[in-house]
Amino acid sequence: MDSLIKTIKSGYLWRFPGGVHPPQKKSLSQTGQIKRPELASKYYVSLKQHIGQQAEACVQVGDKVKKGQMLSRADTAMQLPVHAPTSGIVTDIREHILAHPSGLGEQTIIIEADGSDEWCQREGLDNYQQLPPAQILDKIKSLGVAGLGGAGFPTHIKNSRPEAIELLIINGAECEPYITADDALMREHAADIVAGINILNHLLEAKLVVIAIEDNKPEAIKAMELASADEKDIIVRVVPTKYPTGGEKQLIQVLTGKEVPSGGIPADIGIVMQNVATAYSTYRAVIHGEPLIERVVTLTGESISQAGNYWVRIGTPVAHILTQAGYNQPAEGRLIMGGPMMGFSIHSPLTPVSKITNCLLAPAMNELPDPADEQACIRCGYCADACPASLLPQQLYWHSKAREYEKAQHFDLFDCIECGACAYVCPSEIPLVQYYRVAKANIRQQAAENEKAEKAKERFNQRQLRLEEEKQARIEKQRLAAEKRKQTMQEDASAKDKIAQALARAQAQKASRSTDQAKEQAPAQSTIASDSKNNSPKSAAQAAIARAKAKKAAAQKADNEAMQSAADTDQSDIEKTAKEKAQAAIARAKAKKAAAQKADNEAMQSAADTKQSDTGKTAKEKAQAAIARAKAKKAAAQKVDNGEHANVVEPIEQSDPKTPEPTVDKPASGETNQMSQQDDKSQRIKAAIAKAKAKRKQLGGD
Amino acid sequence: MNFKIASSPHTHVRRKTPAVMLFVAIACLPGIAVQTWYFGIGTLVQICLAILAAVAAEAACLKMRQRSVLPRLKDNSALLTGLLLGISVPPLAQWWVVVIGAIFAIVIAKQIYGGLGQNLFNPAMVGYVVLLVSFPLSMTLWVPPLSLVEYPVTVQDTLMLIFTGYSETGFSLAQLRVDLDGYTMATPLDTVKTALTNQQTYQEILNQKVFSEGTGIAWFEVNLAYLLGGLFLLQQKIINWRIPVAFLLTLTLFSFILHSASPDGSASTILHLFSGATMFAAFFILTDPVSASTTAKGRLIYGALVAVLVFLIRNFGGYPEGIAFAVLLANMAVPLIDYYSQPKTYGK
Repeated sequence: MDSLIKTIKSGYLWRFPGGVHPPQKKSLSQTGQIKRPELASKYYVSLKQHIGQQAEACVQVGDKVKKGQMLSRADTAMQLPVHAPTSGIVTDIREHILAHPSGLGEQTIIIEADGSDEWCQREGLDNYQQLPPAQILDKIKSLGVAGLGGAGFPTHIKNSRPEAIELLIINGAECEPYITADDALMREHAADIVAGINILNHLLEAKLVVIAIEDNKPEAIKAMELASADEKDIIVRVVPTKYPTGGEKQLIQVLTGKEVPSGGIPADIGIVMQNVATAYSTYRAVIHGEPLIERVVTLTGESISQAGNYWVRIGTPVAHILTQAGYNQPAEGRLIMGGPMMGFSIHSPLTPVSKITNCLLAPAMNELPDPADEQACIRCGYCADACPASLLPQQLYWHSKAREYEKAQHFDLFDCIECGACAYVCPSEIPLVQYYRVAKANIRQQAAENEKAEKAKERFNQRQLRLEEEKQARIEKQRLAAEKRKQTMQEDASAKDKIAQALARAQAQKASRSTDQAKEQAPAQSTIASDSKNNSPKSAAQAAIARAKAKKAAAQKADNEAMQSAADTDQSDIEKTAKEKAQAAIARAKAKKAAAQKADNEAMQSAADTKQSDTGKTAKEKAQAAIARAKAKKAAAQKVDNGEHANVVEPIEQSDPKTPEPTVDKPASGETNQMSQQDDKSQRIKAAIAKAKAKRKQLGGD
Repeated sequence: MNFKIASSPHTHVRRKTPAVMLFVAIACLPGIAVQTWYFGIGTLVQICLAILAAVAAEAACLKMRQRSVLPRLKDNSALLTGLLLGISVPPLAQWWVVVIGAIFAIVIAKQIYGGLGQNLFNPAMVGYVVLLVSFPLSMTLWVPPLSLVEYPVTVQDTLMLIFTGYSETGFSLAQLRVDLDGYTMATPLDTVKTALTNQQTYQEILNQKVFSEGTGIAWFEVNLAYLLGGLFLLQQKIINWRIPVAFLLTLTLFSFILHSASPDGSASTILHLFSGATMFAAFFILTDPVSASTTAKGRLIYGALVAVLVFLIRNFGGYPEGIAFAVLLANMAVPLIDYYSQPKTYGK
């Protein structure tokens, strides 16, 4: 750095690529003193005038304020207070149009001037050299000093960087055409500016201060050289006139040959840059205790008859000063805040002058003609030749227009400083900068949305994680509880066993006590029991029960005829009613079942019974009985042969009685074997019943 | 008191695309004048035909593409394409040759790609190459300077030749190229190419009438005139210096090396620089903004690439002149060149 400082001191200048030479037009406003317009009747002081956050208003509607009184309170580092531009009454605090390209509103304190323009208490720091830097910085901050060159960056932040600063550059290049505000200030207040520079450098302790001025301001150069002649660490460096030499990055390149890293700030390479007007305001603030309530504004353009530089209070509506400067509005006139290259057009005459308003340009009709319609890009490459950042504006344009933002960023869209040199030279009048602004805004918005989505996703994932954890915890808790329960259960297992034993005993007792009564109440159960032991002594009792049942069934079911037909008919079904058929089928099935396994013993028994009661029976009746028996036997035989036969029965009973035979459905066949076993039991029972019925009929016939 | 809204910058350079095109056309005038002086008004007729055909084709295409016709015709780009093609065509070629070329240049090489600014290839050169491969005879029948031909070609002859194929007195173009001694005379580059393939030395060739008696001088002066026009464009900052300088330097370097290595077997550097279409191409063809590279480094690469290709075609290829092919080949490489010659952004 030391060798660099030596080179700088030797007067060597570097150059930056590109740049343009638009018509200067500075002569319109360059001559004459800085004028003081009359006070306006109303001032509109926006709470936000600079990069950073908006400060809270500390006055209320109806408050009487004095000139220079603090109107808003800055609590955080990036906030700056605003001050009353004149004495008067706060009439309103509401949203008012902002001096911003968006034309949007922002909270604004509206002050009605009382005309006395009475200062509040001011307190300077004459002996600032003896004071700690923090106190000076606090003074600078509380008096609202911001960078007056461009973005209005809070001065106290720039000057309180922890990095070692080697070089302080005071920017008096003022490269934009038309504007002469800094020029005028340097001509008239060179000594004050140098005093301000000394304060700034007292804070920064840079090894060298370079005041850079473009060679189109000879008077200002002379004045500054004169004022800084005694300061050995301050040199005035004249730089060639070329737009945008006054851009922070470009001026650094011209003076030092260094480049500010992309995305970085000059302090990263040991440099701080301040505007001459900022130095002046710092001087007014620190030495005189005056807040930043006014600045030099160039009023220029061919529609302004008294073009020149004016001390304009912050918050003055532009209409007021335009009138003061003799503005003749042309039809479809434009009003540009700033210069013709980077300034923005404002639409409302009530737009207030802000801390960063250095120029109001009111061109005549043909002075700055509106661009014609955009034509096809002919890839002439003039834009690339003009770009001071060595970008390829044409490629940026293609990709911005096609919304291929990734590609646009690949071509370093965000290193564009929006100086407008490319659009200035474009022969096809393509509003290139406008395309870049839109692309940048869209990318930023997209990035913000992506961030939001990312956060939402993270939140969701965390929630999922939390839910999962909670679930696991619950399961664990349940498991522990279950274990505990088990443990306690094992502990009094003996007691439980006793209960179980007691229950078992009781059941056994009950079982042993079981008699005919019990069996009558639960015939099926006992039948099953009897099935398992066919030859047990209980079979007699079973038979009795079966007979009883058969009696009942017979009572319900029809006469002999029905029984008969049920027993033997297969073909006469058609003539019968559905119910009868069903009954017949049931009976038949029952008969068949009866044969199943109960079998011969029973049959023999009943046969014996029949024989005993033969006496007195008619031949016919006997014959019928015999037939029935035979049928039953035959059925039993069939049944034994064909296990499936039984299966046919169930569907017939339940569904279609007209088609008894073929309805063995396949899916059921899997269950068939199980079913048939169960059925066997019930069939046997039923067979017994049927047999009994037959017997009884014979007896009844007697 | 309400104001109009506009986007910055609010000031613009006054020179628009139509003016840029017109400047290029104007810068061609010295070359055209010298060409006419030596080769007759056939050149002017060809230029007029080409411009008419190009503008008509452009208008028809714009109409078919449902674009506003007049504002786009006013950008002068079709006029310039026609002009450049007209200059490139032999002065006494028949009328339909240049018309076909101009229509092809505008319709196929420009409008089908999407119109002004969208074409990958230089339209005039596409038109030229189409003619060269389709009508090789017509496209190589460059007449010797009028002062040298046995039968002087009058204005009427010129028109008759262009529109009917025969002069007023019934001579065909081939007959008219015969010189006073009965030799057919071609362009210097053509002559050198043919003679070198016939094992003649370069020194022997220079003694031929083509060089000793004027054709060489005529072409030299034509090139000089285009160089003058090119310098005017540079001075006006219409074109960037990088492409012409890279092109001419590279061509000089290569031809110098070859000529030094084999003085008898190759043409001199001066011949390479000041015959054929060298200067015309350097300042008027290669600098076509649409189809050329646009980055600083890319322009140098592009100019050098065309020069290398021209050198190779002239010395080792089948054509005596290779600029049109070289330009089209380099056009193809432009997107690649542009992509890889991205300059270092400030602060990166």
